[in-house]
Amino acid sequence: MIEIRSVTRSYGTFKALDDATLTIREGEFFSLLGPSGCGKTTLLRMIAGFDDPTSGAILVDGQPMDGIPANRRPTNMVFQSYAIFPHLNVEQNVAYGLKRLRALAQVSLVGLGKRGATELSGGQRQRVALARALVMRPKVLLLDEPLSALDKKLREQMQVELRRLQQAVGITFVLVTHDQYEALALSDRIAVMFGGRIAQVASPKEIYQRPANRQVADFLGGMNFMKGSVVEANGATITLDTPGFCRVRTDRPAGFSGNGHATLGIRPERLRVLWDDARASHEISGKVVERHYFGEITHLVVDVPGFEKPLSVTETNDFGADDLPIGAAIRLGYDPDALVAMAD
Amino acid sequence: MTAVAEASASPRSGRGHRRPLLQSERAQGLALISPTLLYALVLLVAPIAVVITYSFWSQDYLTVDRTFTLDQYRIALTEPIYRDLLLRSLWVSLLVSFFTVSLAYPIAYYISFHGGRHKSLWLFLITIPFWTSYLLRVMSWKVILGYNGVLNSGLMGLGIIDEPSTALLYNTSAVVITLTHAWAAFAILPIFVSLEKVDRTLVEAAKDLGDGPIRSFLRVTLPLSLPGVISAILIVMIPTVGDYVTPKLVGGKDGVMIATAIETQFKRGANWPLGAALSVITMIVVTLMAASIVLIIRQAGRRIR
Amino acid sequence: MKAILSKWLPAYAFLYIVFLYLPVIFLPIFSVNTSAVPKFPLTGFTWKWYVELTNTPALTTAAWNSLVVGITASILATILGICAARAITRYRFPGRTAASGLIMAPLVLPEIILAISLLIVMLSLGLELSLFTVVLGHVLICIPYSVTVLNAGFEGFDRSLEEASADLGESSFGTFRRVTLPMVAPAIISSLLVSFTISLDEFIMAFFLAGTDATLPVYIWGQLRFAAKLPGVLALGTLLLVGSFVLLTIAEALRRRAERRVQGKGVAIA
Repeated sequence: MIEIRSVTRSYGTFKALDDATLTIREGEFFSLLGPSGCGKTTLLRMIAGFDDPTSGAILVDGQPMDGIPANRRPTNMVFQSYAIFPHLNVEQNVAYGLKRLRALAQVSLVGLGKRGATELSGGQRQRVALARALVMRPKVLLLDEPLSALDKKLREQMQVELRRLQQAVGITFVLVTHDQYEALALSDRIAVMFGGRIAQVASPKEIYQRPANRQVADFLGGMNFMKGSVVEANGATITLDTPGFCRVRTDRPAGFSGNGHATLGIRPERLRVLWDDARASHEISGKVVERHYFGEITHLVVDVPGFEKPLSVTETNDFGADDLPIGAAIRLGYDPDALVAMAD
Repeated sequence: MTAVAEASASPRSGRGHRRPLLQSERAQGLALISPTLLYALVLLVAPIAVVITYSFWSQDYLTVDRTFTLDQYRIALTEPIYRDLLLRSLWVSLLVSFFTVSLAYPIAYYISFHGGRHKSLWLFLITIPFWTSYLLRVMSWKVILGYNGVLNSGLMGLGIIDEPSTALLYNTSAVVITLTHAWAAFAILPIFVSLEKVDRTLVEAAKDLGDGPIRSFLRVTLPLSLPGVISAILIVMIPTVGDYVTPKLVGGKDGVMIATAIETQFKRGANWPLGAALSVITMIVVTLMAASIVLIIRQAGRRIR
Repeated sequence: MKAILSKWLPAYAFLYIVFLYLPVIFLPIFSVNTSAVPKFPLTGFTWKWYVELTNTPALTTAAWNSLVVGITASILATILGICAARAITRYRFPGRTAASGLIMAPLVLPEIILAISLLIVMLSLGLELSLFTVVLGHVLICIPYSVTVLNAGFEGFDRSLEEASADLGESSFGTFRRVTLPMVAPAIISSLLVSFTISLDEFIMAFFLAGTDATLPVYIWGQLRFAAKLPGVLALGTLLLVGSFVLLTIAEALRRRAERRVQGKGVAIA
């Protein structure tokens, strides 16, 4: 549907986007995820036609977009500020591009048609912006951080609506966001970007569980990192020794040179506290040094002999993790499959 | 991120052939501003360049001698009459900008910090008198300060004085009073704008750290509003030096300023090169004075902190 | 300290307003006074000075001249102001600061020097002094005010509104007509009114560049020499005062409306 072929956008010597290559499939909910300044908005604006690549090509539906202005592209955009025309009412806003009004019903704005644009709430403005873009029947809907202006509760509600809407209309959505949970919850696939480069393109689950590198792993939530020494590397797998965990065999990470060291990571929720007589196939033991209460869960910081740094552990409060005293000796169970190897 | 996307200042070099010439942001911006810029160049820069050129020529009755000479500058700077007029003009403009700004600061402060919801109403109220004809405003001061004027007749009516005072009108003070009134709004607005920009939490922080109201004002509010004070001084001082109407109407013999001398050279005196030299000197001296005042205020501002 | 401040500042503000309005107030008062000399006590109420105004052909001509100059100058200044303000607020290009500095320069140059340098150029070019030369001068000094008013109107303008319009299929011209123009219309009208008011009251430029065609301020200047004409001038001044006040109130109302429009979204979210 959308092909990004080695697209670079430079401003003087600064490269906002550096040799990005990417294919977005038809009917897919695709997210561009990354911290501010990573080039995600630049890429979105180039797809929309508000900016042009310094080099490389963008194709939408097989058509090269080079030289085609924004008003003649088969894409439509929901702006971060929503860009609702303040001098027009809701109906005039929605009908701005076309004289068709059926989109109003699709995003539950019925009855708001004559309301002035300045009298709308944040959520309503977002809906008007969506309706106005969808009424154009675009092949691709581009969304530039459309939920960032909303408060937490409304944002979560709109995430659900957005996902439903995409499934209902069945067109390709490209979402720009810096919120990893939003990207994980909404997308079919995610491209994680740092410093103008695409670090990984994969499904949410794969991105979370098998991050391509340390940066991606870090950006998508907490992770315990440690150094592992390579014992054996052959074909698609490598075997590593860790200071505290067992010897693990895992997928060979992209860009791994072949010998020496690799970074190993494990998510805090993949370490479980073993209560009383509970047993696990793999165990380590240590002492609680910090405890942070978060309502339904507790974050523990556990000092385990052999590890350079204490480990972070996320535990549900069902068994009383919130009551563990500082200094308590505990055992932690883990699954070797939860350990991910990454190139340094 | 957004900032990066919007800072699309660089030209799309090497791709220009694919697009119309005006596609580049640079070219569009320049093309758009060029009519106005051209107007300013033709009707502002060019005429001033002509004045500067004239100031290096000389004139004998009606013939202009176009050989380069510094004679006009020598005359303008050594003849006591021109020197006195220039000094008086500078002195008056200095006084006027001092009074205008010191009177305007408290009111700008009041509107900005205590104006509440009525800020724009206050500003509107302050600007109204300034949209009446300048000529008429100056003239009303003549009506107030004159021999048979409002102030004299009022004071006599109250029995404070027995006969009308002649000390009120036709002197330098009358010029200063009139100009101070005439430029008030121009001083209030820039000061108000810079006070509005002062982050209120900074003032609170200063108080939190132990400063009383006066100290927090002197150490936080005042230094942060100095840019407004500086532009107020410049906006008032520079045009005041060359003011023509006020000295003519209320200045009398004592209050003549440099503008009258310039006008005379271009009209009755018919010595354009001398008039041009006087104009150039006025511009240079005003610029120097403005620059040194800016420097002094900045220095003072640094010392407070 | 705080108590003293909060007590004295309002009092000071009040006195300051009195100081600002005092001279202006005397114009209407003495314009309906029977005595030809403006002094207290007042002698009696009359409209005769106003009636006299209507029987002065020179005044009617001057008023007409001022109207023509004001309308022409305000339209030209606003058109040039739109170009400059749009370029300054919307585009980044080399020399932007220098260009806007130059355009704003008439604001900080002694007016007499501007007027005289223009006079020299006009005379050297052999241009006949007329209302046209006055218009040229007035446009020059109106542009900075026009640009200031328009900048304020254009600045709050969210650029993504124009992008949204393009995104929804509008051409550049269509976007300008359907989005940009309606959004900035109040600022444009406000600029027209402010420029017109400035031109109407401007004296120095007109005095040097008008030749034999007097504008209102030049006419008033001529009358000021004769003490007997003073009440008539006061009456005329009062009319001008009322006229300016009406125009500026409209300009201010429009400016506020434009501001509300631009800031409207903030209100809605809260």
